[in-house]
Amino acid sequence: MQMINDDNWVLSVGTFLPMLGVLVLLVTPKANEAAIKMVALVTSIATVAVGAFTLFSFDFGKAGSMQFVAQTEWIPVIKSTYYIGLDGISLPLYLLSMVVTLLVVIYSLDHIPSPGNPKAFFSLMLILQTGMAGTFIAQDLILFFVFFEIVLLPMYFMIGVWGGENRQYASLKFFLYTMFGSALMLVAFLAMFFKTGAESFAIPYLVENGAGIAKNAQVWIFAGMFVGFAVKVPMFPFHTWLPDAHTQAPTQGSVILAAILLKLGTYGFVRIAIPMLPDAAIEWAPWIGGLAVIGIIYGAFGCLAQTDMKRLIAFSSVAHMGFVMLGISTLTPFGVNAAVFGMVAHGLITGMLFFIAGSVKERYHTLEISKLGGMLTQVPRLGWILGLCTMASLGLPGLAGFWGEFPAILSAYNPAAGLNVTVYRTYMVIAALGTVLAAAYLLWLYQRTAFGTPKGDDHHEMKDVNTYEWVAWLPMLIAIVVLGVVPNLLFSVIDPAVQETLRAFGG
Amino acid sequence: MTLLATVAAPWTAPTIDYHALAPEIVLAVGLTVVLLVDLFTTERNKWLLSVLTGFSLLGAVVPVLTLAVHDNSVRSMFDGRYVVDEFSLVVKALFLLAGYVIVLLSSSHIEEGDYWRGEYWFLLLSSLLGMVMMASARDLVSVFVALEFLSIPAYMLAAWRKRDLKSNEAGVKYFLLGVFASAVMLYGMSLLYGVANSTLLVDIGKSIDLDGTFGAVQALAIVFVVVGFAFKVSAVPFHTWAPDTYEGAPTPVTAFLSVASKAAGFVALVVLVLTAFPEGRDVWQPFIWGLSALTMTVGNIFALRQTNFVRMIAYSSVSQGGFILMPLAVAGGAAGEAALRAVVVYLIVYAATNLGMFAVILAVSRKTRSGEISSLGGLFSYAPALGVLLTIFLASLAGIPPLGGWIGKFAAFQALLTDASPWAYALAIIGAVNSVIAFGYYGNIMREVWMRPVPDGDTTRIVTPSSLQIALGITAVATLVFGILPGIVLRFGEMAELLGAFGG
Repeated sequence: MQMINDDNWVLSVGTFLPMLGVLVLLVTPKANEAAIKMVALVTSIATVAVGAFTLFSFDFGKAGSMQFVAQTEWIPVIKSTYYIGLDGISLPLYLLSMVVTLLVVIYSLDHIPSPGNPKAFFSLMLILQTGMAGTFIAQDLILFFVFFEIVLLPMYFMIGVWGGENRQYASLKFFLYTMFGSALMLVAFLAMFFKTGAESFAIPYLVENGAGIAKNAQVWIFAGMFVGFAVKVPMFPFHTWLPDAHTQAPTQGSVILAAILLKLGTYGFVRIAIPMLPDAAIEWAPWIGGLAVIGIIYGAFGCLAQTDMKRLIAFSSVAHMGFVMLGISTLTPFGVNAAVFGMVAHGLITGMLFFIAGSVKERYHTLEISKLGGMLTQVPRLGWILGLCTMASLGLPGLAGFWGEFPAILSAYNPAAGLNVTVYRTYMVIAALGTVLAAAYLLWLYQRTAFGTPKGDDHHEMKDVNTYEWVAWLPMLIAIVVLGVVPNLLFSVIDPAVQETLRAFGG
Repeated sequence: MTLLATVAAPWTAPTIDYHALAPEIVLAVGLTVVLLVDLFTTERNKWLLSVLTGFSLLGAVVPVLTLAVHDNSVRSMFDGRYVVDEFSLVVKALFLLAGYVIVLLSSSHIEEGDYWRGEYWFLLLSSLLGMVMMASARDLVSVFVALEFLSIPAYMLAAWRKRDLKSNEAGVKYFLLGVFASAVMLYGMSLLYGVANSTLLVDIGKSIDLDGTFGAVQALAIVFVVVGFAFKVSAVPFHTWAPDTYEGAPTPVTAFLSVASKAAGFVALVVLVLTAFPEGRDVWQPFIWGLSALTMTVGNIFALRQTNFVRMIAYSSVSQGGFILMPLAVAGGAAGEAALRAVVVYLIVYAATNLGMFAVILAVSRKTRSGEISSLGGLFSYAPALGVLLTIFLASLAGIPPLGGWIGKFAAFQALLTDASPWAYALAIIGAVNSVIAFGYYGNIMREVWMRPVPDGDTTRIVTPSSLQIALGITAVATLVFGILPGIVLRFGEMAELLGAFGG
């Protein structure tokens, strides 16, 4: 047991600090909105500060192994411990969750969606943050499960209370899908525990001993985990909650959903399902790859058919997460590296797109693409930012999106030993076609919204990007460009951890 | 012949361990005092009764605690017919504390209606005494006596609002079906006695061995006894009384029935299957498997359709009963200890959460005077604290971490997977699917509370009496603590060793 001490307090503090903010918010009077915003802002800044400290204390030379490890007793009766740690795969996602929450809080200072009540809104956001960060550091399956579930209710309320017209339907659909997945996932976790001798829920222990499970059992356990994670990703055909949830969620909810929540699923595959059940992973990989490719094409066609900007971005998430899953399904370090990069890139880019959609909605009072137009003349800065993000999203080299998409496609050329090369090369070709479609729907979107002359009768002056928006967006825009130009910043952190994770596949 | 021989032997008084019986004695004294004080106080001083009831219950907890810390962990009296082991202490403490919270829930409700208060407290205490006895009963006769002791006052409590038609319907339905269940059970018990020639559960356990000589009589007896308890715990298809009774009875009584009375039924069922028919597992395991799967599913499906809050809770508690039955479906095999632990853990967590939910309902209905789900509309906007608390309790019932309910479900799944048979996996999958369906109606209420407008725009403040506030505090803290630090409640489950089960 590695008790919490001077060296490893930082993860626990970083994860639970937002809860402290929630407690302070609880005793802040509801009427004092300025104080509420201040508490939320200070909490998320402090969280990011702890995150930055984590980043600087992180030993990049040992990015492949768990750092800041702490393990203390939690539920001794079922041999589950409070066991946390951080490696090169978790680190970028952990930090991303903190930064995105801060940016969303900053954005919300000026944009509390109707029906108001910032106290509840910020409390939910901070609870979400704890759940997200906790999922990325948990090294115990039960702990992982608890954090994984903590995000459900806040998101449910965020969509259901502050969302659009169909919010109640969308929020319930989101909840039921995810809960269905996690119920089966929990059963799979328990089966995993018993099949490895009922010794421990610790992820490293299960990774070490999971390979010893009979192949048939592995395939079934993998099935349970697959449903749990695939719903969250979401993979075709479990994706139908996503367009509804995204379209109805308030801007902040969409951003968090796209930037972090979807990553919980892909992270689960990389951290838990694949390393623990290598034989089953080999069996399942072609199916996962197949569904991923279907997702890419289906998502793209879905996008082409949309008339609503936000719904279009939501469908593009299905396609992009398809690329991530394709990379994961190759079971090669190359593919998984691309996948983890893709997660971060998609988080930044799609998060930004949803921010923009929110601001467009605020200015034009509609997201119907046919009613938009001429953004470049009316709100030029917003138009240019949208341009940058659509380019990043379609995978233009030099921007972050490229390094998630292109290597993922490339990795399918050479899947791990034991996988059918022909099948994967077919996937590769289809996925490559998917990028063409992506270019088509994104450029078409940009053309219809940004070019031309403004439509509608109200040609009154519209405010361009304001200060709150700049502060919230700039870090993400900078990250998109920087990661696009120097992708090695991220790859050098991810790669050692990916190599370590895929040891079972001779990677 | 044996009967004559017993009579002929010189009678010696059994030794009585007064320490072991202290909780029962405190309760018996308490209920006598309540009855007497009621006779000699004026209407103005009747509030004393609720205080006395509360104190008797807390007073009875004291000896439970001293017994628990005492080295001599198992005290067996009357030739093993009445046993105070760790299992019984844990569930006794559960009954007494749940009873105390019910007193807190009732006091404002009872004070404000002009009904017979003294009788209410007296009946409540009697029924709780029956439950406490049930926890120790290890003999067919004492099980039956305890069961009737806890049931008969409950019938009267359900019909306590004398001039209210629905309350009368509640009482009569509960009574008729309850008596029918008792009769079926009694018939099963008589068969058991015929087979084993003893009423002691451990003796019956030794004589029932279906591996060697399979007897239809034994199988029939086991099924009848289990059916009798299936009525008590309102398992499908023996649940038909529950919705009407829950809806008609006064709300605090509904809380009592759905938590304490139900828990007592489960306790008796656990004791019986584990000590009296461990070898009859081939009969009761498939039977309980079927009951559990049906109960969860049917309870859920009906709960989805309800528009009345209390009826919805009734069906939800039916379905929760299915989850508690789940581990019992594998309790005869290697998973026995895990199953026992799961039942105890589930009962504790369920009691805290469900009572909390009733506390919120009582507080809200003081303003809305309605049992419709739609009356909760917009609760969060004008009573945020109650709205958040209700959300916590509902989420806990739905089994969402980090709230108490998840650990109950987790323990149940764990027991099933310990067994690792295909049947156990199948039931685990059914349970997993059902826990998702259940969110359909729990989420429906959350939606009402958070996302719907206030009906009639009536946002007058809700005044929560202090007794309800204390009840809310206790249950909310318990729900959160059990969820975040599940080790605590699992420790109780682990501790609960049942004498006579698992060959011990």
